Parts: sequence; C-alpha cells; structure tokens
Amino acid sequence: MMRAVDAVMECLKAEGVDVVFGYPGGANLPTYDAFVDAGIRHVLVRHEAGGGHAAEGYAKASGKVGVVFATSGPGATNIVTPLTDAMMDSVPLVAFTGQVRTDLLGTDGFQEADTFGITMPIVKHSFMIQHPVEIPRAVHEAFHLARTGRPGPVLIDMPVDLTRAEIDYQPVGDVQLPGYQPTTEGNSKQIRLAAKALANARRPVIYAGGGVINSDAAEELRELVTSDRLPVTCTLMGLGAFPAPHEQWLGMLGMHGTRTANYAMDEADLILAVGARFDDRVTGKLSEFAPRAKFVHIDIDPAEISKNVPAHIPIVGDAKNVLTRLTNEYRALGPDPGRLAAWWERIEGWRAQYPLGYADSADTEIKPQFLVEALYEATGGDCILSSDVGQHQMWAAQYFHFAKPRRWVNSGGLGTMGFGLPAAMGAAVGNPEVPSVLLTGDGSFQMNTQELATCREHDIPVKVVIMNNGYLGMVRQWQELFWDRRYSNVDMGSWPDWVKLAEAYGATGVRLTDKTTLRRDLRSAIETPGPVVVDVRVTREENTYPMIPAGAAAREMVG
Amino acid sequence: MGEPGTKEPLTLEELEATTGVRTGRKHILSILVENKPGVLTRIAGLFARRGFNIDTLAVGPTDDEAFSRITLTLDGAMHPIDQVTKQLHKLVNVIKIRDLEPTETVARELALFKVTADGPARGEVMQVVEIFRGKIIDVTRRSLIIEVTGTWEKIEAFERMVRPFGLVEMARTGEIAISRGRTET
Repeated sequence: MMRAVDAVMECLKAEGVDVVFGYPGGANLPTYDAFVDAGIRHVLVRHEAGGGHAAEGYAKASGKVGVVFATSGPGATNIVTPLTDAMMDSVPLVAFTGQVRTDLLGTDGFQEADTFGITMPIVKHSFMIQHPVEIPRAVHEAFHLARTGRPGPVLIDMPVDLTRAEIDYQPVGDVQLPGYQPTTEGNSKQIRLAAKALANARRPVIYAGGGVINSDAAEELRELVTSDRLPVTCTLMGLGAFPAPHEQWLGMLGMHGTRTANYAMDEADLILAVGARFDDRVTGKLSEFAPRAKFVHIDIDPAEISKNVPAHIPIVGDAKNVLTRLTNEYRALGPDPGRLAAWWERIEGWRAQYPLGYADSADTEIKPQFLVEALYEATGGDCILSSDVGQHQMWAAQYFHFAKPRRWVNSGGLGTMGFGLPAAMGAAVGNPEVPSVLLTGDGSFQMNTQELATCREHDIPVKVVIMNNGYLGMVRQWQELFWDRRYSNVDMGSWPDWVKLAEAYGATGVRLTDKTTLRRDLRSAIETPGPVVVDVRVTREENTYPMIPAGAAAREMVG
Repeated sequence: MGEPGTKEPLTLEELEATTGVRTGRKHILSILVENKPGVLTRIAGLFARRGFNIDTLAVGPTDDEAFSRITLTLDGAMHPIDQVTKQLHKLVNVIKIRDLEPTETVARELALFKVTADGPARGEVMQVVEIFRGKIIDVTRRSLIIEVTGTWEKIEAFERMVRPFGLVEMARTGEIAISRGRTET
C-alpha cells in the first residue's frame, strides 16, 4: 500500500520522467510531500504560466513529454495559456492540477475552479479523478495520449483528499483507450499515387510543417527532397525540419515568408504538404491560394486533411512512416530530373530578384535584422534559439538558419507573448548540451520576466537577447500600414532598465548600442556563464518585410 | 476583405459568407461513447466551439453498461458533415460514429402533447390520435395528454393536426436510431 501521490511518482519514473516544472499550493500539498523522496528533479518556477511554457520548451527541445504541476484554482487557471499553446502547436505535455477535496467540489470552495470544464476545449484529453485507484492508469494513459498520434496536452485534475488515500499500487503495463487508435501507417495505394503525382509534376513544391519535427522525420524529409531536385519550404513551426541553408531550400513560406517560397506555392502544379495544416498565416486569401496546384496532404490527424484546402491525395499517417515509403516509391519510378529544369529556372529568377534584405544603417545604429544576422554569426547557429512573439520572431525565422530540428522553439499557433523566457529555460533543461538563447522583444519579455529568478536559482544559463525598440513593434507596424499610422497604445517607453533588472535577479546585464562591435559583444555576452540579459537597442520603427497583407493572395506580397 | 488587422469595415454579407461542403440533407449521427465523466460536455462543447447546431440529442444506455449511445441530428445544409465527424472522432471517449443513411435506418422519437379538448373538440382530437396510433395517457375534463411515437416527420405532422385544438405544451425526446439488418449500428 502507498499514498496515491507516491504512486504518481512511481508512474512518472516508469514513464522516464526525470524533471518536472511546477508550483505548490494548498490543493497539491500531498503531491509536493511526495516530491521530497521521489528522486525526481522539480524546477520551482515563479508563475504557473512559466511552468507550463517551460514544460513546452523542454518537450520541443528534447522530444520528450513535458510535465507541469499546479495547484487548484488560480494555479490551474494560470496554466490555461500554456495548455492552449501546446494544443495549437501539438506539444506533448502532461499537466497535473490539484483540486479541492471532493466534499467541497461544486461549492465554490477556497481556490476552487472548474479546471476540468475550463480546460476541456484546450486539451487533447483530460481526466477528472473520481477514485484514488484510477490515478496510476490515468497517468499512463495521459502520457500515452500526449506523445502518440498528434501530440498534445493532457490534464489530470486530482482532488486533494483522493491523492492522500492509500492504494494498492500495481505497475500498469497497458493502456485501455478503445476510442483512441491513431493511424500511423500510411495507405500504400495512396502513397503510390502520391509518388506518381510527384514524379509527373513539373512544378512541385514540398511544404513541410511542425509535424515533421514531432515525428522525428527530418532525415526522411531530407531523403525525399534530395532524391531529386525537389524545392522545399517550411512553415514557421517546421523550421529545422530541412537543413537550411541549402540549394533546394526556398525559405519559410507564409505571411512573412520569402517571395520565392510564396511565389513557388502560387505557381506550383503539385504541393506535397507534410505535417502542416494550411494555416491562414500560410495560405493568405484561401480562395486564391495555389490556384493551379493539386494537393497531396500527409498528416497524422485526419481532421486536418481537407479542413482548409481540399486534398486530391490524402494520406493519414505518421510523417516518418509515410516519407520513408514515399521516397522508395518515388525512387523506383526513376523520374526525369530534367523535367524540373524550367521550374528551377523560374525559382532561381525569383531568388535573384527578391532576396531577403533590408536597408542597413550607415552609422552605428543597429537594425533589427542585422541583430539576427549578428546573433547567427555569434553563435555559429549552434544553439537552441527560442523566441517570443512579434516582429523579432519573424526576423528570427527569416534571418537565422536552422540546420537541425528541435533548435527553434517558438509559439506559432497561439502566438503567446511571454512564452519565450520560460520556454528557453525548459529547452536548456531538456537539452543542456546545446546553448539556449532567447531572442525576445521588450514587450514580450515583460510578460514572464519573473522566470529570471528561476534561471538564477536553478543555474539554468539562458542567454536572453532583447530586441529593444520600445514598441509593440508588430502592432505598431499594422497600425502604420493599415490604420493610417494612428498609433494607439504601442509605445512601451523606456522602462524597465534591463541591465539593472538583470542584476537584481542575479543575472548579468549588458546593454549594446553599437553595430560595429555587435557581433563580438554578443559573443562575449553568450560566453558569460549563468543567465545573461542583453539589452540591444535597435531602430525604433522598422517593418517586417516581405509581407502578404491580411486577406491578400501570396502574389500580392509587399515590401 | 475583413481581417482584424485592416481598417475596412466588415459588411454583414461578408460575415455570413461561410466555407465547407454541405450535403443539404438531415443527418442522424449515432455515436457510441464510453461512460466516462464529461463525455456529453465534450461533445456538446465541440459542437458549440465549431459553430455546429445540434437539432436533437438523445442519450441513453446500451446493451453494454460501459458504453452509452448518443443520437443526434443536425442539418447538413448548415454544416460540413465530414468536419463534424472528424472532430468527433478526435475525442478519446468516442468509440464509433455512424452517419446513418436515412433509407438504411429505423429512427423513432417519442413525444408528449398536452391538448385542451373539451366539448365536441374532444372527439375530433381522439380521432386524430387514433389515426396516428397515439395513446391517451392522461385525461381531465379540459385536457388530454397524448403519447405519440414515430419518425420525426410523423411527430411534426401530428403537431400540425392538434395545434388548432389548443396545444398547451409539447415535450419531445429527439430521435433515436438504429441501422436496419443484422449488422451493428
């Protein structure tokens, strides 16, 4: 016999969990008591939202399931944003929330919130524990659900009295989820059809998303792309799924993607989508998206196929499985590479005519794009780059090259400001071998700054680079471009003093304002041990280009 | 074209423009679910979130106590049905979904009607009940309660017949359905 919470610890160990993020409170006191002897590393965050995003960063960087603990009521509502974020970006996460004791349920007890109800639309699945003996099975089923199929967040809500109960714990060897059988093996006939379509296409584009990274299929994607001269583009979430830079790499597509990638999609006769979901930030105006193309759509989630764009050849399955077999089929057909010559001529034309670029300053002023380039050179690209949300995120996606998967950690679907610092912290814990660098904005960074204390306390050496323009830059850009430059509540002023704040948290603070020494200064900041905050003053009003204006078609890119 | 990021005002016509393939017919979905906490909320919540309207909904036990059957009807002219079923399939507690073909399906609904029926009208109402093979299950001097079972269309027809006599109130279960023949729904 053991307490149910001790059984939770046993289950976590059986699932291979060695580190979790969390925050204690009244309704999870038994759980925290169990942590004392469990031998599992617990990172005490400074806000539950930080815990949730840290678990996301950990999952994205390591490929393992991230785990977060929070108490009832406000603890649980504070992880609503990370759960939604994980749902939108298919991040494997298991969240344990405390709940008031069962006789208080539904009475508006102290720190009671209907966590199960509140989180229902934002989780892959959830468990409301009704009896302590259900707990071990729920934990294993939660991990199974979080990591298999299309990954996502799973929540277990545990009333505090049930967690204290003694149960006869037996290791659980199986899961019983009759309603959950994700299809991982792609249909052979469909794969053959897709290979033929690809072999016959004269203007094909491979469009890869975050699913390739979730499936650990970057190598398989590279195999397919390089088995011929197939042009490839990635979504924001897919960056790193194909090693950039590369001669067949068109850059990111979508609202702030390259003209080459977007024009290629626009003129393609065949688009092979893998692990991507035709998000509105990718398609622009849906009715004018890739008007000449037929679509092959590979996804593990059947509900994504034909949701936004009807697929001619749908393939439900795991990207790794499907890509391997597709490449074999494609090679067997021995397609003539010569058929792509005219297409490449067209693509090279766009590349030459519309390279990514910006007007650099003539003096010491630091352009934000220059900062990203300098950061790439200072790190040699050899880091896990996390970002927050906004202009800096798009510039990072454009100017930083990701040669490997799980090296780019950002919030795509939900676009959560405040994601960056905790995520970079989680990434550092998940993959301590590779330096963890956060590129953030002065707006985003103020949304979860408190985690600097966690970094300091737990010796998590995150290097924070603030692209500081004193504006909510992306909103300012839209107000400038589409709302007659009527700036409304986007000027953030000049506070706080980031160097002093960093020092208050026991981190190293540096302010950089000179372009001419930027690369060297960044390198030395990154080489400084422990957490570092680098406040880089950049051009205040600079727009992220190129851009597909809202609701416009890809070929109407501006800037 | 209206997006929150542009200052063009949005017309009501643009707001009403929608996407997806519609079948135009009524659909009866038979959904086998695990008897677990929150299953009905998940399904109802999914419909609400995706903007799908449920016309009728009936929930009850099956021959296996671990499972319940939810029968719901919705208008295929209003919603792309494949998105509805694909999203339902993603719910972990949903075991099986059948979009029942009307010709291959037996569907029944039960309805209770409280009708004012005094004087000569009472005889006429009773005749209508007879024709529809309904049952009178409560009688007072001024009213009758009538039980009618049948297809949705039959219930609708009965309602139209008795309404002129003075329909006080009506309660309907929503359709339940099962597929014809030997195989399981």
